[in-house]
Amino acid sequence: MKKLTLTLAALALSATGAAAQDVVRMGTEGAYPPFNFINDANELEGFEIDLGNEMCQRAELTCEWVINDWDTIIPNLVAGNYDTIIAGMSITDARREVIAFTQEYKMPDPSLYAALSGTDSSVIEGGVIAAQSNTIQAGHVAETGADLLEFPTPDETISAVRSGEADAVLADGDFLRTIVNEAADLEFVGEPVFVGGGVGMGLRQSDTELRETFDAVIAEMKEDGSLNELLIKWFGEDTPVF
Amino acid sequence: MFQFCADPSILPDWQWFACYLTSGTHLAFYRSFLVVMLLLVVVAPLALGMGMLGALALRSHFLPFNWVGQGYVNLVRGVPDIVFFLFVPIALGQGIEWVLHQINCPDWDQPIRQGNDFIVCREAKMPPVGASAWVRNVYGFAMAVVAFALVFGAFVANTLYGAMRAVPRAQIETAEAYGMTRAQAFRRIVLPQMWVFALPGLSNIWQILIKSTPLLFLLGIQDAVFWARELGGAKTSLFTYPHPDWRVWYFMALLVFYLFLTWASERGFGWLTLRMSHGQATAEGERLRRKAVA
Repeated sequence: MKKLTLTLAALALSATGAAAQDVVRMGTEGAYPPFNFINDANELEGFEIDLGNEMCQRAELTCEWVINDWDTIIPNLVAGNYDTIIAGMSITDARREVIAFTQEYKMPDPSLYAALSGTDSSVIEGGVIAAQSNTIQAGHVAETGADLLEFPTPDETISAVRSGEADAVLADGDFLRTIVNEAADLEFVGEPVFVGGGVGMGLRQSDTELRETFDAVIAEMKEDGSLNELLIKWFGEDTPVF
Repeated sequence: MFQFCADPSILPDWQWFACYLTSGTHLAFYRSFLVVMLLLVVVAPLALGMGMLGALALRSHFLPFNWVGQGYVNLVRGVPDIVFFLFVPIALGQGIEWVLHQINCPDWDQPIRQGNDFIVCREAKMPPVGASAWVRNVYGFAMAVVAFALVFGAFVANTLYGAMRAVPRAQIETAEAYGMTRAQAFRRIVLPQMWVFALPGLSNIWQILIKSTPLLFLLGIQDAVFWARELGGAKTSLFTYPHPDWRVWYFMALLVFYLFLTWASERGFGWLTLRMSHGQATAEGERLRRKAVA
């Protein structure tokens, strides 16, 4: 009998061991404050890191973060290098053709133009506009009369405006706000632009089970207000909440 | 790192910099230089080995070997390096998973390619499901090493092949006159003498290899270039150490690092050439012999 209990205990142990091994790998860019960024201690930080960790805890999943360049973030998800994209990615029809999304965990935020102080707003239609490549903002600029200048990282789009390479940058308001507020040389120009849907978590189209798990957790977090708390913590009091 | 780093915003300049330059991200930046050096140290002998095999295949009188050698050298030399660096890890990774899939999951009935997705069973995942970040880093690094060794091996193969043919014919004829077989003549006469002819070419390839290491960045490995760009970018007050765009300084540091590396290896190769020339039937060997006599 004692032996049997021992065996059972060993079996139970190995079973939980197998479950704990089921690591969900969360892909993020790590270069898009305040959504996700690498802080000075070389750790990931930001709204989506808090959110992702909370979601994994609620779903009782072991999660691990993976940093990947924005340009290859979808191909590497599809190739199976990680299991989710949680990187400030707006839900669009074009992306839906390649990957699946959970429901949005952040409402659509208008995109804004930022330029050197004193820049005339006519550059929006006739100047050179910087945007990060493969973003909804880059897609929008391509449709206007302005010349599009693409960069692989968000940081480089700002540098391009500072160096005069571009007349203005179009990016998510949430990303630009901190930068423009703290910089003496930058200001917003023109009107906000509404492109794209809310921000959601991307998954492989074949991973239905995982998508449903995260979908349920997001619904739960919307319900109990914990998602709103996180939104306000990272994006300020004025951010739209659920 | 230092005790006074608790609140950097109130520190005087030198202490601020002391804290800043020892932050977690900076330590990772310094480590990434070691990763670059490690890559060089691992790739160099592997590429040399690949090159030797390639050169032997090129020399082979057995036609299929010869074709393999020709195919390898011409294919790799004809396709842009960057294409190979992107292609090899993906193809190799999927190839390994496909093989594991066939071995471990013979009962699997779904197709492996479903639209965009490449799906193999759990047991076939490489690195294995649940592997630690450390294992994954090593796996990624190994992929990069294979890609580098393949590409640079082809260049080395061509250089070594040329060097083998540069050994004076008279030397081999003499060996044959002594009754050595082809293999013996190759081992005893060609192999020891070819290095001095190969060195200039090899030193070229080595320098190009050093300068290619930033391609690691393309393969998702956080090398020195990744960190220079990451650290140099402007930082807002969300960060502990806010600063404007400092990329120019970080890239300057990279410039110094790479210049030092190439300068040091140039000296190393100079020394090697001198050593290899002793007793050789070349102009340099002759000069050294005269000097020794005088």
